[in-house]
Amino acid sequence: MTITKKIIWGLLAVLGAYAVSVIALHRGESINALWLITAALCIYAIAYRFYAAWIATKVLVIDETRATPAERLDNGRDFIPTNKWIVFGHHFAAIAGPGPLVGPTLAAQFGYLPGTLWILVGAVIGGAVQDMVTLFFSMRRNGRSLGQMARDEIGVIGGTAALIGTFIIMIILIAVLGLVVVNAMKHSPWATSTVAATIPIAMIVGVYMRNIRPGRVLEASAIGVALLLFSVLAGGWVDHNATLRVWFDHDGLPLAYAIILYGFAAAVLPVWLLLAPRDYLSTFMKLGTVLLLAVAIVILRPDIHMPAVTQFTDGTGPIFGGKLFPFVFITIACGAISGFHALIASGTTPKLLSNERDIRMIGYGGMLLESFVAIMAMIAATVLEPGVFFAINSPAGVVGKEAIDAVAKINSWGFAVTVEQMEQLAKDMGESTLFARTGGAPSLAVGMASIFGNAFGKHMLALWYHFAIMFEAIFILTTLDAGTRVGRFMLQDMLGNFNKKLGETSYTPSVILTSSIVVAGWGYFLYIGVIDPNGGVNILWPLFGIANQMLAAIALSVATGILVKSGKLKYAWITGLPLAWLVTITTTASYQKIFSEDVRIGFFAAANDLSAKLASGVMPPDKASVAPQLIFNQHLDAYLTLFFVVVLWIVVLDMLRLCLRYIQKKHILMTSETPYVRTCL
Amino acid sequence: MKTDTTFTSVLSLFKKVWCCVRHVSGDDAYEQYLKHHADFHATTLDAPPPLDRKAFFKLWQESKWKGVKRCC
Repeated sequence: MTITKKIIWGLLAVLGAYAVSVIALHRGESINALWLITAALCIYAIAYRFYAAWIATKVLVIDETRATPAERLDNGRDFIPTNKWIVFGHHFAAIAGPGPLVGPTLAAQFGYLPGTLWILVGAVIGGAVQDMVTLFFSMRRNGRSLGQMARDEIGVIGGTAALIGTFIIMIILIAVLGLVVVNAMKHSPWATSTVAATIPIAMIVGVYMRNIRPGRVLEASAIGVALLLFSVLAGGWVDHNATLRVWFDHDGLPLAYAIILYGFAAAVLPVWLLLAPRDYLSTFMKLGTVLLLAVAIVILRPDIHMPAVTQFTDGTGPIFGGKLFPFVFITIACGAISGFHALIASGTTPKLLSNERDIRMIGYGGMLLESFVAIMAMIAATVLEPGVFFAINSPAGVVGKEAIDAVAKINSWGFAVTVEQMEQLAKDMGESTLFARTGGAPSLAVGMASIFGNAFGKHMLALWYHFAIMFEAIFILTTLDAGTRVGRFMLQDMLGNFNKKLGETSYTPSVILTSSIVVAGWGYFLYIGVIDPNGGVNILWPLFGIANQMLAAIALSVATGILVKSGKLKYAWITGLPLAWLVTITTTASYQKIFSEDVRIGFFAAANDLSAKLASGVMPPDKASVAPQLIFNQHLDAYLTLFFVVVLWIVVLDMLRLCLRYIQKKHILMTSETPYVRTCL
Repeated sequence: MKTDTTFTSVLSLFKKVWCCVRHVSGDDAYEQYLKHHADFHATTLDAPPPLDRKAFFKLWQESKWKGVKRCC
């Protein structure tokens, strides 16, 4: 490194350290969002230049002369040597879903600081390392999946655990995302009609790409994006039309049924009609909006009004119960570390790499960009006045159903907000009310609308708000479609072991049966989430976080096992350290979710509390009618959490057994790495 | 003269970006497939003819959505 470069990196390190100290030590009225951006960019740059480069050269020992599977097995379809920027685009589009937008918004109840620090540190030391090493190990094994690698390298137990874990995480993820969309559409004819319009729009695009102009992806997408923008505008007309608006003005439960029905249709219909075209639209919308948000934040340099740390670190937070440790780490999974990424990093992406050296940019760099999206979501949530943030996100079960009660409760926490202010805000955003819109999407949309409104014109706030809702809904629904379909394939694969016919992916009875099972699985949790007076997010999001971190722990266990087996014991800490942290937080969170006496945290405590209230007859009839279901669900959630933590420990102990045997020089499974072939590219 | 060269370089840059966008979105997947077919398969005598655009796109889209393709 030349002296000039050393000076530049030194200055960058000083700037980054200063920015972090500003955001960490600031205790005033407000702080400029640019400090968060500066801290993030400096940390990413240094981690990428030094830590990731060190891992690539010293730990993984990347070999540029080695032919990749894409080169060796080139078939023009899934194995294709591809330009690294294009692989980066594919990889990023695959990993960045709604998770990094929702998690930070919910975790903002602790203040902006805890979530931000976890997003930065978690990504640099945990998530990006997980993605990069998984990508590397999968590439060295012809693009094998995480489950296959777990089976080949650790043993059958690890492989089965990864498979079951993936299936259940999918169910919980879809349910919670469905709940986010339902809460955004509840009694909002504008949002509901716009989201509904995305379905026929996707179908038009699908038919265009398939029959009218086959394979013209860009033309079709351009038409689709134009129609989507028009649907946001048209939603406003629907909202102002007295006859039309009643068609789209619904309670949570009918909307949940509609989503369940839609999910089933999407899993059964051919991919070209709904899933594939919707995915194109959501990818373009996602990239465009994230870019627009970044530009708007830089132009506008908004102030963050949320305190650095709120009193809710003590576990009494209105959005979800539980102390800062471990719940901030469970709430923000995507954006810091997400086990789901390991499924993308093993499978599709490694089959496209044309050279091993691209791994750092795609694996590590891709995750850093996702982390940056999470930072922007944190900014969009915390630029709101805290009183407004809590009014939007606190469920009626916590602050009361009436606006006046909710405002009084939020004021008692020390956050200023008035009923008039919320009414005016709802009017500006074109909504009837913004109280108790738990789930993250509406508050993020209000935050984004105010940022876009300030940067590009305030008179269009309602339009920006519904644009943001549409933008979130469209890729939540893509995840829902894709997840249901993957769940269906996995289930068919498993059933195929018992009955060959059921394993055929084109056998209609099997398609209907397995799709119904998967949809019923997430539909059940969605239904319970909607009828839960405390807003199901309090239950479902931590469950999703625990499941996702469990999957990350499986991926890191596989990676640690392979590192040790390849004689790199002294470097095993690069995955071992984040693994130890994940095991700690997941186990602590699971323990608290099962055994805590606090009814807002412990599943059993909540069930017992409901049973006691039901028995004593103090419950109002509408709540008493759903109480038995809620009690059953709390028990189910407790056992599910127990299951997650047991699976996690089985995999970790199995990996440790393998490491111990290696150290004792006993027989272990051979490495499944493919032999060296020199590249001709 | 100078504006001419600037114009050509801007044009070529634009073309490059456009190619990249087409490639990353899969818009040129069929062209890529034909090229692959010509490079690897057309040389053997009993090689089947390449698929037409519609059939290829159908196959491409179906194989794309077989595994875990989208994340949280």
